[in-house]
Amino acid sequence: MIKDIVVIGGGASGLAASIAAKKRNKDVLLVERENSLGGILNQCIHNGFGLDMFKEEYTGPEYAHRFIEDFNCQNIDYLLNTTAIKLVKNDGLYEIIITSKEKGLEKIQTKTVIISSGCYERTRGQIMMPGDRPQGVITAGSAQRYLNINGLLVGKRVFILGSGDIGLIMARRMCLEGAEVLGVAEIMPYSNGLNRNIVQCLNDFDIPLYLSHTVTKIESDEFKCLKAITISEVDERFQPIKNTEMCFEIDTLLLSIGLIPDITLLDEIELEKDSLTKSIKINQAYESSEPGLFICGNSLQVHDLVDNVSKESNRAGNSAADYLENKVNKRQRIKVLPGKNIVYVTPQYIDFGWIFKDLIINFRASKKIEKAVIKVYQKEELIYQKRRTFVVPSEMETISFSYQELKKDEDITVELEEV
Amino acid sequence: MMSKEFICIVCPRGCHIKVDEINNISGNQCKRGEAYVKNEMQNPKRVLTTTVRTTFLNNPRVSVKTDDSIPKDLIFPAMELINKVIITKKMEIGEVVISNILNTGVNIVLTKGTSNNSN
Repeated sequence: MIKDIVVIGGGASGLAASIAAKKRNKDVLLVERENSLGGILNQCIHNGFGLDMFKEEYTGPEYAHRFIEDFNCQNIDYLLNTTAIKLVKNDGLYEIIITSKEKGLEKIQTKTVIISSGCYERTRGQIMMPGDRPQGVITAGSAQRYLNINGLLVGKRVFILGSGDIGLIMARRMCLEGAEVLGVAEIMPYSNGLNRNIVQCLNDFDIPLYLSHTVTKIESDEFKCLKAITISEVDERFQPIKNTEMCFEIDTLLLSIGLIPDITLLDEIELEKDSLTKSIKINQAYESSEPGLFICGNSLQVHDLVDNVSKESNRAGNSAADYLENKVNKRQRIKVLPGKNIVYVTPQYIDFGWIFKDLIINFRASKKIEKAVIKVYQKEELIYQKRRTFVVPSEMETISFSYQELKKDEDITVELEEV
Repeated sequence: MMSKEFICIVCPRGCHIKVDEINNISGNQCKRGEAYVKNEMQNPKRVLTTTVRTTFLNNPRVSVKTDDSIPKDLIFPAMELINKVIITKKMEIGEVVISNILNTGVNIVLTKGTSNNSN
């Protein structure tokens, strides 16, 4: 049997995408590798989710619950404990190889695919951290899963590298469970986490934050367990400064050093990649360069708010339905390019074959700007501008403007101007 | 009292606000910052989120929260009580596991059903 839409991943993104598609009467199958729906929300037991969508401060599991209830009401087909391991396109149809303990390898065919497989954590190898390779160096998200899902505390004397929100949240969480958290080191001169988390996760528990510092040495004991780390202050070029070393005797180093979209399933399809988002390039319908293959959520771009994941994935689900209803006309596309003070932009293309009333563009600033003007140019012509205060790299920005203003033969550039 | 510094969390600006020995407040760029610091000094409250044990092999922990904020200095005493709870029966999201914890009028409630993970 040929499905209309197969959704890969049952977290915030996959849930929203499949609910949207099912409401358009499509035959949807969701594939989830874990034993329950909800994805990473299940281990994010802290509150602060849903402020934007529901005006409530839900915890992660509560936020997931709202969507899982809706998902179940729609009677959407889904498979748990099942991993998609291969995706190819044959004669206009997508073929997905899935595997599970119960049924082994199986093949499913589908007209469209929505990738909502989330992201993974950067590890010490990716930042070339020097020193021994003992046990006790672990990513913050893994420690979070061990603690909140399995009830296992990974260490008693802890240091955290990286001040992203997961690191800050875990500093508080480990403290609450009786561990001693000796500090958080951040290589940048500012924290990547929300102020709220700096206050409520570090200051509340008297955990020091060492800005412009990084780990320069890792020492293990005779059992190959972590014994101590050394941190050093860094200069503007992120090089360690001599005689600024501080040593901490610890049993656990948590890493909160960034997230990368998980698109390993796309390895066998030739798609245009974006080195800035570390994912693939899409048009405004969340469609990749391969027609009928859609992507959303953290596998498209790493979000800071789950509310934005849900909204984005809802639109992706609707796009897949539009595609199935043959609503896409003759394709003609222009590029959307990141300009001054912008790290990345999505979508990377506008395809005039897709009919949209408004264009939604996301981007991230490359530095903190107190008073900024967002400007969108098509060649030399300014087609959109808006003032915005306190633009920071840690918060994704969204603009929306009418599609009618665009010429169909010139690329557009988004930039941030300091006032 | 020594002078203290607070980071205001009312807006993304994140003012560093100082309060000196005679309670002079400085460093805030708006009125809301002053109100925030006064509240943080007099009666800081927080929502506590954590987990409780269960007897279920497939989900040995289930997440809980205070259904309202509690005084900051009651967080560790509350943790001690919460860590004594063991859930042995199937329960739904929102059900109370400790009522009126430490006489705060606040309940500890499940933020996930204990049956969620077993399907």
